[in-house]
Amino acid sequence: MDLRDTDEEAAFRQEVREFIAANLPDASRTRSGRRFEETDRDWSRKLGEAGYAGLTWPREYGGSGAPYSHQAIFLEELARAEAPSHLGVIGIGMAGPTIIAWGTPEQKERYLARILIAEEIWCQGFSEPDAGSDLAAARTRIEDRGDHFLVNGQKVWSSFAHIADFCILVGLGLPDEPRYRNLTYVIVDMHAPGVEVRPLVQITGQPEFNEIFLTDVQVPRENLLGEVGGGWQVAMTTLLHERGTLGFALAATLAVAVRKLITLAQDRNVTDPILLDRIAREWIELQALKYTNYRSLTTLTKTGIPGPEGSASKLVWSENNQRLTKLALEILGSHAQLTNGGGYADGYWQYQQLRSRGNTIEAGTSEILRNIVAERVLGLPRGR
Amino acid sequence: MYFSFTPEQDDLRSEARAFLEASPSPSMERLAELEWVGILRSGEYTFLDAAVLFEELGRVLYEGPFVLNEVAAQPGDETWSIEIDGFVPHLDEVARVLTPDMKSGEARGEPVATVDETLGLGLLSPNGTDAAEGTWPEVRRRLLAALAIEAVGIGSKVTEMATAYVSEREQFGKKIGTYQAISHAIVDAYVAVELARSLAYWAAWCVAVDDEQVDLAVAAAKSQAAEAAVLACETSIQAHGGIGFTWEHPLHRYYKRALWLEGALGYGREHRAEIAASLLAS
Repeated sequence: MDLRDTDEEAAFRQEVREFIAANLPDASRTRSGRRFEETDRDWSRKLGEAGYAGLTWPREYGGSGAPYSHQAIFLEELARAEAPSHLGVIGIGMAGPTIIAWGTPEQKERYLARILIAEEIWCQGFSEPDAGSDLAAARTRIEDRGDHFLVNGQKVWSSFAHIADFCILVGLGLPDEPRYRNLTYVIVDMHAPGVEVRPLVQITGQPEFNEIFLTDVQVPRENLLGEVGGGWQVAMTTLLHERGTLGFALAATLAVAVRKLITLAQDRNVTDPILLDRIAREWIELQALKYTNYRSLTTLTKTGIPGPEGSASKLVWSENNQRLTKLALEILGSHAQLTNGGGYADGYWQYQQLRSRGNTIEAGTSEILRNIVAERVLGLPRGR
Repeated sequence: MYFSFTPEQDDLRSEARAFLEASPSPSMERLAELEWVGILRSGEYTFLDAAVLFEELGRVLYEGPFVLNEVAAQPGDETWSIEIDGFVPHLDEVARVLTPDMKSGEARGEPVATVDETLGLGLLSPNGTDAAEGTWPEVRRRLLAALAIEAVGIGSKVTEMATAYVSEREQFGKKIGTYQAISHAIVDAYVAVELARSLAYWAAWCVAVDDEQVDLAVAAAKSQAAEAAVLACETSIQAHGGIGFTWEHPLHRYYKRALWLEGALGYGREHRAEIAASLLAS
């Protein structure tokens, strides 16, 4: 056991630190945690060109073929500088790994490299109004018409859809087959006729995600991932990667939040022992998450596939972030109502606290994640 | 960055587990034969090797002075205990006692009745003022890390017991582990123990290499691990229903040990106060 950087890791950390200092645009530097997509596009391209976007992707697909420890270091340094992450998070974290696992040589050639340099942005079309946690209940029709698929239906909670070029979409391909054998997984061109995107304004007032309406959208047959009716297996690859590599990113963003919380407490001269106790607890929880991620890095390094432990990291992080942001509001006291220019740090904490309510819902609700840990980690009998 | 035990340490764990399952509270003589006694003073092993043993001892609710003897790390062949918060565990079973003023005394005093009947707590009669080896901050760090590791062993064991029980027990025609009110509570206990495990191993590593964050690490690990162990015991007792509340079932003994660990060298809030002071000062 050695929790220090090796010489090689320390050198990589230094390299990343220098890259960020030299390349992070000022517009991205001053943001308060909200999304400003357009200003980040150039930054994302630079990350891709420098090889930081697909750090752990194989070299043959434009990645750097670096060990997972580099991914962890990169994310830590990004968070340390409070730099925005790559715009193509869904492409890099979900669509890309799914295409690498299931795609044809043509699909790999067509899509992968452009994800990394943010030339094409991806979104995810999984959830529907009547199929949230229960993905297998998806009802968007993906009709097999021989040379193409005809897609009709509606998807929701789709981040980046308003700027996306492609969507990984799961729908009902074989309506007569039983659950888990009836789904089809396709790549949808977001600029195709019949695709309509409507922003959904969130609890924060920001339209961070969208609804996607699909009306007679023609999807070429070459955009199929896996088999017709084999969409469930493909979707599981996507979700495994969604939660698996997320842990480091989450710990890194939590580190920023804890640092800001401590600064807030210093600014406000917090001396109340109850508040101090809770601040210390958040710092401890952050260390616990960080070192748990380091432990699961070993599993990942050995197998190359993220283990179900990622579900536990996401579960813990979401609840930490909700507790921490509320604590910040409590420290602000009556000023917790003041926002947008009038408040402390331009309403940073007010925004973060409201945004955090989504953390226990997005990318697997806490209830679903507890089921996953119960069944796949602890081996408890299945309830469904 | 390599956060895993070595293959040799994994072997040590397997051997220790097999041995302790057969004899959960071996004598100091037996542990000396196994060359566990003096492991920290041998120079051949680090605190991480000792941590492997401490965790396995926690899992079987070991009842002797071995852990404190190793943490005290005093020269000679006598067995030592350490005075903790005014009381000396295993007073009747040791020859000498290390006190926080770093004096060495003869193990003489009055036993006291305790909730955890396996602690052998006693009140030390003031005697002897020989200087002991080392410094109290060093001993305290090792002790906090060892208590954290022991708590992880307990938390982990009782969570496994809960998982096994609810996977067998049926009510309303179904295994009770299929009910989310049961399974989610066990998941929360499991997650708390695993997070605490990461902190405890981090703390043990910090002690082993004398890392600059060692004081923060041991405070974080001890407070979190002891609280996680208590949560895990309470969750396990609840999941077991009536049987978990009986004297006959081993759970209450784990619970009482966890409660002792939670208070030993200060409850969580005392450590968090230290941590907060350090964080806000920097």
